[in-house]
Amino acid sequence: MSNFSRRKLITTGVAAAAGVAGLGVAARLAQKYGLVPPDHGGIYGLGETLTYASQRLLTRHSLAREFSPSQISMPPLANEMAPPSDAFKRLQAAGFADWRLSIDGLVDRPGSFSLAQLKSFPTRSQITMVQCEEGWSYIAEWIGVPLSHVLDLVGTQPHARYVVYFSIQPDWWDSMDMADALHPQTFLVYGMNGGELPVGNGGPLRMRVPRQLGYKSVKFITHLTVTDNLKTFGKGLGSASPEGGYAWYAGI
Amino acid sequence: MRQTLTASVPGSTSSVPATTVTSRHSALVRVTHWITTLCFIALLVTGVEIVISHPRFYWGETGNVLTTPLFKLPIASSRALVPTGYGYVLPDQNGWSRYLHFQAAWVAVLTGLLYVISIFFTGHLRKNLLPRKSDLSLPAFSIQIVNHLRFKRPSAAEAWSYNVLQRLTYLFVIFVLFPLIIWTGLAMSPAFVSAFPLTVNLLGGQQSARTLHFFVSLALVFFLLVHIMMVFLAGFTSRMRAMITGHADHKERT
Repeated sequence: MSNFSRRKLITTGVAAAAGVAGLGVAARLAQKYGLVPPDHGGIYGLGETLTYASQRLLTRHSLAREFSPSQISMPPLANEMAPPSDAFKRLQAAGFADWRLSIDGLVDRPGSFSLAQLKSFPTRSQITMVQCEEGWSYIAEWIGVPLSHVLDLVGTQPHARYVVYFSIQPDWWDSMDMADALHPQTFLVYGMNGGELPVGNGGPLRMRVPRQLGYKSVKFITHLTVTDNLKTFGKGLGSASPEGGYAWYAGI
Repeated sequence: MRQTLTASVPGSTSSVPATTVTSRHSALVRVTHWITTLCFIALLVTGVEIVISHPRFYWGETGNVLTTPLFKLPIASSRALVPTGYGYVLPDQNGWSRYLHFQAAWVAVLTGLLYVISIFFTGHLRKNLLPRKSDLSLPAFSIQIVNHLRFKRPSAAEAWSYNVLQRLTYLFVIFVLFPLIIWTGLAMSPAFVSAFPLTVNLLGGQQSARTLHFFVSLALVFFLLVHIMMVFLAGFTSRMRAMITGHADHKERT
């Protein structure tokens, strides 16, 4: 072996060792600062982690684009969905008077709110775009209460990392990190385009996460759980989406 | 880029190189070429899968089945929501297609960055990609265009360097089409545009970005087809060998 190739071998070895050590440090830092998505395992984990980590760093305080009232899509679109469950139909028959949102997990005061109580909280509205992963989109005015307001009321504990939210429809649940949960545009929505939120658009209560694709804005919300560990929910991938083959983080 | 490697003959005490192997493409060019090829195939297949879930295109901010499209692709869709005129719905493959599309995009972008940064330092850009002064005269340019239109086999010298049309095409793909496909792709991301709204506003809206992404991908596919055709025309075996092993035919060298 010539000197040249020995030197090359040593250099390559040192570079490889430094690379592995660097990756290890990067992984530890990413975990610490919440830059690793719950569906980071598997063959697409690399791309998913790069997307989530880079977008979290870039969008920490960014606001979703808001539009003017003249840009609201008319007529409003209500996309296809599964037939309503019996539980939903019973509440619908009573005009949603008994619809409740319960909150538990890492909160000081677990409890539940009626729709009337949610509507008595400070009302906010936003004109934002719903973008479906399929490619279509529409703009609407969304009226509701910021999720952060409700989380403040129940007293979210400091070590909370995620909010898991459940639809009344079976197997329809999702979760978001605290950056989105406390984001000023993340709403519990009960109104749309100046009126009530139609059932076709998620009425009487849906989540709006406007910095992510439409499927994170789950319809017919009845339950929230604040947690520091997503492993105990479903298959531990963070939401029903990865269980169905879709990314947990839908910022892209 | 040419590289000269020397190997001494076993048992020989002479310091004179016994054989000289000349590399047509540097290892960096070859490795980044094939990683990009793999990513391109992954992006193309998954891109088709994603587009069939809504084979309609719009201009401006929004578009859906209730709005008039700019144009529709005459194909069936993988989602029942879309009225296509076909009586069936294609299998829905969006989940893994989206995962793979973005993973391949990451690898392609990082590989592309490595390539672009390196060609400024290795001289590849100056020596092999920027047109030579002599290339830019009208007669020289015309000869190349006429030769291409006649599907004339390239001269032996072209086994060792790119002709002016090749140079301009590669520069266009590297510095225009690739940046455009990345830009229009990022402009569809609701999170990315929340941080950088200009990236979508400059394009005229989110649906405009999607439509432009489609057209730039068509341009890239057109480049790929011409590129493959040219490889066959110039000699498939020698060109593939040059891009895989780096070796080129000595008899072709002038």
